[in-house]
Amino acid sequence: MAAYALRRLGQSLLVLALMSLLVFVGVYAIGNPIELLVNPEADDAERLRAAHALGLDKPLLVQYGVFLLHAAKGDLGRSFVYNIPAIQLILQRLPATLELALASTVIAIVIGIPLGLLAGLKPHSWVGRSIMAGSILGFSLPTFWVGLVLIMVFSVHFGWLPPNGRGETVSLLGVPVSFLTLDGLRHLAMPALNLALLQLSLLVRLTRAGTREAILQDYVKFARAKGLSTGRVIGVHVLKNILIPIVTVIGLELGSVIAFAIVTESIFAWPGTGKLLIDSINQLDRPVIVAYLLVIVTLFIVINLVVDVLYSLLDPRVRLATAAPAH
Amino acid sequence: MRIATTARPALPAARLERVESPWRRLAEEFAASRLALLGLALLVLLAAVAITAPWIAPQNPYDLAQLDVLDSQLPPGSHSLSGKAYWLGTDDQGRDMLSAILFGLRISLTVGVASTVAALALGLALGLAAAYFGGWLDALIMRIADIQLSFPAILIALILLAALGQGVGKIIVALVTVQWAYYARTVRSAAIVERQKEYIEAAKVLALPEWRIVLGHLLPNCLPPLIVVATVQVAHAITLEATLSFLGLGLPITEPSLGLLIANGFQYLLSGKYWISFYPGLALLVTIMSINLVADQLRDILNPRLKR
Amino acid sequence: MSAVLAVEGLRTHFFTRAGVVKAVDDVGFALERGKVLGLVGESGSGKSITGYSIMGLVDEPGRIVAGSIRLEGAELTRLDREAWRRLRGNRIAMIFQDPMMTLNPVLRIDTQMVEALRAHQRVSHAAALERCREALAWVGIASPDERLRAYPHQFSGGMRQRIAIAIALLNRPAVVIADEPTTALDVTIQGQILFEMQRLCRESGAALIWITHDLSVVAGLADSVCVMYAGRIVESGPVDAILDAPLHPYTRGLLESIPSRNPAGRPLAQIPGMAPSPMALAEGCAFRERCARASTACGVAPAVSNPAVSRTLRCVHPLQ
Repeated sequence: MAAYALRRLGQSLLVLALMSLLVFVGVYAIGNPIELLVNPEADDAERLRAAHALGLDKPLLVQYGVFLLHAAKGDLGRSFVYNIPAIQLILQRLPATLELALASTVIAIVIGIPLGLLAGLKPHSWVGRSIMAGSILGFSLPTFWVGLVLIMVFSVHFGWLPPNGRGETVSLLGVPVSFLTLDGLRHLAMPALNLALLQLSLLVRLTRAGTREAILQDYVKFARAKGLSTGRVIGVHVLKNILIPIVTVIGLELGSVIAFAIVTESIFAWPGTGKLLIDSINQLDRPVIVAYLLVIVTLFIVINLVVDVLYSLLDPRVRLATAAPAH
Repeated sequence: MRIATTARPALPAARLERVESPWRRLAEEFAASRLALLGLALLVLLAAVAITAPWIAPQNPYDLAQLDVLDSQLPPGSHSLSGKAYWLGTDDQGRDMLSAILFGLRISLTVGVASTVAALALGLALGLAAAYFGGWLDALIMRIADIQLSFPAILIALILLAALGQGVGKIIVALVTVQWAYYARTVRSAAIVERQKEYIEAAKVLALPEWRIVLGHLLPNCLPPLIVVATVQVAHAITLEATLSFLGLGLPITEPSLGLLIANGFQYLLSGKYWISFYPGLALLVTIMSINLVADQLRDILNPRLKR
Repeated sequence: MSAVLAVEGLRTHFFTRAGVVKAVDDVGFALERGKVLGLVGESGSGKSITGYSIMGLVDEPGRIVAGSIRLEGAELTRLDREAWRRLRGNRIAMIFQDPMMTLNPVLRIDTQMVEALRAHQRVSHAAALERCREALAWVGIASPDERLRAYPHQFSGGMRQRIAIAIALLNRPAVVIADEPTTALDVTIQGQILFEMQRLCRESGAALIWITHDLSVVAGLADSVCVMYAGRIVESGPVDAILDAPLHPYTRGLLESIPSRNPAGRPLAQIPGMAPSPMALAEGCAFRERCARASTACGVAPAVSNPAVSRTLRCVHPLQ
């Protein structure tokens, strides 16, 4: 087990290093930020000075080397636009994004799994069919369009919920969170719902598929033959079996959710890292883009690792695979 | 609540009442779901509309001469001074929304289908190669595919487009880059299973040239899962393109897809002029939904594990 | 002694899109307390569905359309779902063929055993665990405490089946239905399980229905045998009588095709043809196509006759 974890860790570091190179080179190709930051009337001498100040006049490989050196110390450069360390900028905005991502995951789980169970148990009833049709709808709706409709309905028409921004925050373990205040919840509601839609549909379909397969299995037959109540058969026997793959999918999708938050944050002007990324791309604030990508890559790698470990812990067949069968 | 768990009675094997072509059977099973048929019908309709857009649209939304800026931001159902009807209203430039949507649909569908086909071809080639030749080629291709698939498509596409800039060709490149791995992986899994089957050995023993074995024997048997993936991916491609355009990174303003139309109308949402964003969004929604309806049914009938 | 289980005229049909499948078509037998009945037939004969029908585990698109099942005097076909549930695992229990998938792979053995007890009785968890420990010891599993905390995949097939048997017998049912419980096991283990089941049923007084396609298994185990073909019982009676003097051509065909009964070096005897699809059953005797003794009289479904005491037969051309 330890050897496996160590190997995964090593692989992850390799991927991280590779990604950092790709990211750096890729972002370098985006464009010359000097054009944006310097007065267009400026003459060449001014440009050169600005480039030198930002270290942009050195050859690519040297820039990468410098970058790596600084990165090892946790310094990923300063934002061209805000003039504070890029990593600090990212970390400032990360809690907002994480809060949004986690809120939407919770919504998706709480609504999605029961609905999926229902649809899987009664696949040909009108309830089952409408849940499936609903999930196709949820799947098909482009996130940004749903956001628009939500704003149209709840902000413009009814005026119940605010269309943008984050609400009041309080500090929880040193991190500012907004879901503990009513105002915060009002601001969080629509973006979280919007983001949850895709995950919700996915969960409903996964749970339904898993349930449909699970109830055909022999152990369900045997559980019923034992005279167990339907509630126990579904709630314990079926659920425990389908939860294992579902939990891993939720974990793996977390990365996707964080990425999709880019769109939601843009629509609802939610002050998270996604919005920061879009703005940085438009302003060619390279250090921020690089820092963002690296943080995201690291996050993904960590999530993948955790999910792998979690899976092996949850499934007793994997966890106890070393036990020799006895006669 | 009833749970239908008991097995069906075992029917003795090898009882073929009718021998029918697999395509016929596919069509029959597909038609069993009314929803899927609806999806297919909608899809055909949308495709027809998109192809004939230049001829059936009331107005050419790119021809600046036809636009009258005095007609801008008119609600649906209103009329221009010259008596033309704006069924779905106009945008901030006085463009007829209906025409804009028809042309936008055309572009969205074109980009979606083109990128899917290209990604399919690429992924198919790489996946088959990986499965058939195995070894380091297999490991390399799959490693790249795995790493790429572990990152969300939207992120990769974003960065790529930020580097490449705007344009139809560039967005197709981005979409293909993001999608090829699905096909490669699907094809490879199916091909690896098929490769071990006896008919491939038989073909090798007959010393058939390798390309014939791969194309003639391996490929047709890997098709079912590929069909399902491709259909779903068209919807993904269209959505992704729309999202990217919405974020300002996709197609240029000269060739607005539905996503860009929605983005243009966004600022007018809060002042109640919803139609500029809403109707393009509706068109997008219907397109994606019909594709998904079809894909769902295909997936159900091609899934061997649900056949009991 | 009155029968603990009496089945009469049982018909279980499946209403599928392709047609009506008459999986069980007029099946009847009686089972005495403490006795073993062998229900023999090939795939598709309806023997498993008979077992499910008695357990009330037949679901859409199938249902019991006619007949009576009396367990300890009570008529089962008229019960509602909750009443069925109370009987299952309690007064009637079932053991299935593949022990690998019968036990839930992600739940511990003790969980799966205790829940079988607590579904029907009010016992404390500790008391239930104690009963489970005893049950495991009774089926011949050593160090039950460790076993209880383990998971199914940590056991071999034979052990898993013993656990399934233990679970089935936990509530001291009056009838145990075993659906091909040894088919998936090694031949050596088969013998052990057979022996154990015999012992356990004798000790607990439970009646046993042993469903199998293998006549030789039934020979050493059963008191009486019912031979099924295409959803009907074609012959039944005491085991010795059936094996020594079969009356139905199908039964004889089955007996003759047992490999050990064939001299070495000669082609194995077979029953020509294949079992009919339960959807396409023609009028009359279902065995007609494959029977060397068939005549036009077989075009009418033979009624059940009683050629001897406690023997039944459905054939107009019996072997004697």
